[in-house]
Amino acid sequence: MSYDVAIIGGGVVGCAVARELAGFDLRIVLIEARGDIGDATSKANTAILHTGFDAVPGSLESTMVARGYELLSEYAKASGIPVEPTGALLVAWDADQLAVLPKLQEKAVKNGYAKCEIVDADEVYRRVPDLGPGALGGLTVPDESIICPWTTPLAYSTEAKSRGVEFRLNCFVESIEVGSDTTVLRTTSGDITTRWVVNAAGLGGDVIDRMLGHDRFTIVPRRGELFVFDKLTRPMANTIVLPVPTEKGKGVLISPTIFGNVMLGPTSENLVDRTDTSTSEEGFAFLLAKGAALMPSLINEEVTASYAGLRASTEHSDFVVDCDRDQRYVLLGGIRSTGLTASMALAEHSRELLAKAGLVLVARADLPAPAQMPNIGEAFPRPYQREDLIESDPEYGQIVCFCERVTRGEIRDALVSPIPPCDLDGMRRRTRALMGRCQGFFCGAEVDELMRPDGDDHE
Amino acid sequence: MIMSEILIIGGGPAGLSAARELKVQGADRVTIIERENEAGGIPRHSDHTGYGLRDLKRVMTGPSYARTLVERADTAGVSIRTGAMVTGWAGSMSAEVTSAQGREVITPEAIILATGARERPRAARRVPGDRPNGVLTTGQLQNLVHLKHQAVGTRAVVVGAELVSWSAVLTLREVGCATVAMTTEFDRPESYAAMAIPGRLALRVPIARRTRVIRVIGRERVEGVEIEQIDTGRRRVIECDTVIFTGDWIPDYELAQSNGLAMDPGSRGPIVDTALRTSREGIFAAGNLLHPVDTADVASLDGVHAARQVMRWLAGEQAPLTAARVLADAPFTWVSPGLVRTGDVAPARDRVLLWSSEYRAFPKVVVRQGARVLSRRTLPWPVSPGRVFRLPWSMLEPARSSEDIRISLA
Repeated sequence: MSYDVAIIGGGVVGCAVARELAGFDLRIVLIEARGDIGDATSKANTAILHTGFDAVPGSLESTMVARGYELLSEYAKASGIPVEPTGALLVAWDADQLAVLPKLQEKAVKNGYAKCEIVDADEVYRRVPDLGPGALGGLTVPDESIICPWTTPLAYSTEAKSRGVEFRLNCFVESIEVGSDTTVLRTTSGDITTRWVVNAAGLGGDVIDRMLGHDRFTIVPRRGELFVFDKLTRPMANTIVLPVPTEKGKGVLISPTIFGNVMLGPTSENLVDRTDTSTSEEGFAFLLAKGAALMPSLINEEVTASYAGLRASTEHSDFVVDCDRDQRYVLLGGIRSTGLTASMALAEHSRELLAKAGLVLVARADLPAPAQMPNIGEAFPRPYQREDLIESDPEYGQIVCFCERVTRGEIRDALVSPIPPCDLDGMRRRTRALMGRCQGFFCGAEVDELMRPDGDDHE
Repeated sequence: MIMSEILIIGGGPAGLSAARELKVQGADRVTIIERENEAGGIPRHSDHTGYGLRDLKRVMTGPSYARTLVERADTAGVSIRTGAMVTGWAGSMSAEVTSAQGREVITPEAIILATGARERPRAARRVPGDRPNGVLTTGQLQNLVHLKHQAVGTRAVVVGAELVSWSAVLTLREVGCATVAMTTEFDRPESYAAMAIPGRLALRVPIARRTRVIRVIGRERVEGVEIEQIDTGRRRVIECDTVIFTGDWIPDYELAQSNGLAMDPGSRGPIVDTALRTSREGIFAAGNLLHPVDTADVASLDGVHAARQVMRWLAGEQAPLTAARVLADAPFTWVSPGLVRTGDVAPARDRVLLWSSEYRAFPKVVVRQGARVLSRRTLPWPVSPGRVFRLPWSMLEPARSSEDIRISLA
């Protein structure tokens, strides 16, 4: 048995590509080394839907982010991915940063975004009264939004699955042999033969690329640690508060989250270990010091969670995207934190690259209806808030996770969904269960039981 | 008989005893909203003895204590609605309730908040490291073991050495998990002797004093914790497969705060006076929401006290107008009640409750109002971290103005 396309990597980009290509008459397999989709870089990021105002003008990243913003905004509406238009405010804390604001405004225009405005300190404090002292001015980015980073790859993969894409989870590519007509992927679950390969392997992207004989980039896992503060702090941050970018990177931001919390982070630290998502003493100390200056009132509030994510940074300033016609191979490498926003554009771009290289695309007329994702965001009514839903199915009125108000109905739905969770963490990403302030003090055992196939409450 | 509905939010010891007392005192409709599927609160899954001494005058296990309180409330005619949660406020006296029956708004004559407290989980304590399976609070541990009959690991480190920590050790032992170490940031062994749990000494758990947890180690499952001796800075790793974060209580204060009640920055619970009135007329509070945490029987007696005050308020009695804030100096971290009204009732059990971050034997306590010393006494029981310090009401009772009352150690 042979596939037309094998996509390596089930992160937000790989899933977007799978969904896109499954719109055509193709046999597609998606290969993911981990037990769940969206379980690496895609699950731990700042969850911002970027306008691309501060990308490098003319770069592929700039084009992909701008196009991706458009595509994902539309798709989110259609599929129910939680999005909240919060806007962003870059805050200048010294004269140098203040002087950079007009340049950033011009850069935004070059990136096709003309709605940034420079505001004075009074306006900065009017918008974010809890900011610490010393802000000199700011730049508004009215269309920056927050989005659910977990529902997005799930929506893509759910739809991809309904369109017939095969998912191979816990499947690790060990070597690749390119033949004249087909390529064989030697994996931990056997050989997979395919005509075309798309490399969306994220943190392992360079390793896969080398298996195909290339040597064009090296991934440096860049760790970002973040704090999530209690929901009661949400009124302190009604917009995304961004630092003015410097040579050292984008810096620490304060952002509302789609789940109604406030997030502080990320740190930025290059690691060697591509699997090390631990948080660190130094990272915490750095964030708390930064946070104390940015928003002193936030720091003494309760912390609900902390986590770390790894970005796939490379020696290149741009995404590393290429298509090798002879190898029938598309590379989507070095996709950093903007990958969430850019995902659908990268999928569209991949499709164009593949078509140009000779993959015959015949649009399918029999596509199933788009996926409808359960709402786990705060911008729209949650199941527990919907009288109609509870009336039709009382399990949506039975709150199991009190802090996050997750109902038995939602947990049940997740367990029988097309891409079901394989562990508690997967359940958390699908429903928000256990991610609240008590971290399982009240509901941990209950959710654990519901997850067990031999449990009393689960058929 | 007063023809009105009284709503009690939370069906733990405080809520159950408040509800029962209201019925005993002749209230018409008393409803408890309990979000768990069974009322009884935390004692339900604390499967060891030591409950009921102060309120029921006999010692029993947590689960039978919880059952007894539920039965007593039930027999008295309280409507206990389990699996129902107050998910917000539709107005300051209107609770929005979500359950399998749907969504409804209840607007009672009076409300008693009795939402209790929880332990701060690892994240809230800002402990870095890996995020493996096997990191639990006592609450989650006891839920797993006693209600769901699940196993845990074989080697545990228990973070904390207060009453609840020993409860965790007992639970671990029951399921064959040895506690290889307990850690506490405090240095006085007396601070552990909060209550004589039978067999505590026989447990033989090594205690690392003046020690804090630096990080959790282990990708999939806990492999160890790194600890630091606070005074020497010396660090070492203890191998284990389970970490229990115990104590470090925080009230479930979110409903109180979202109602707009005045909150105490120390305990994080709502500020109440000796009659357990919050800052909003008609809303009272009781139990460990106010003093995280005292024992279940004290919470229960709080409930009884709150119920009596609710009845007096429903009968038209008004709160005395002159009110003074009660504040406590370090090492105290909170005091409850936080408000004393001149000429008001005595607090529950004639006690003022405080929490301390330091140990003091034979503490000399001074209570001042402005420049005036209200009382000064050396008490025979210690001030100790990890347990409530109780002060006789007589020491505050002479307060006679709206000037702040300060409690400090000489």
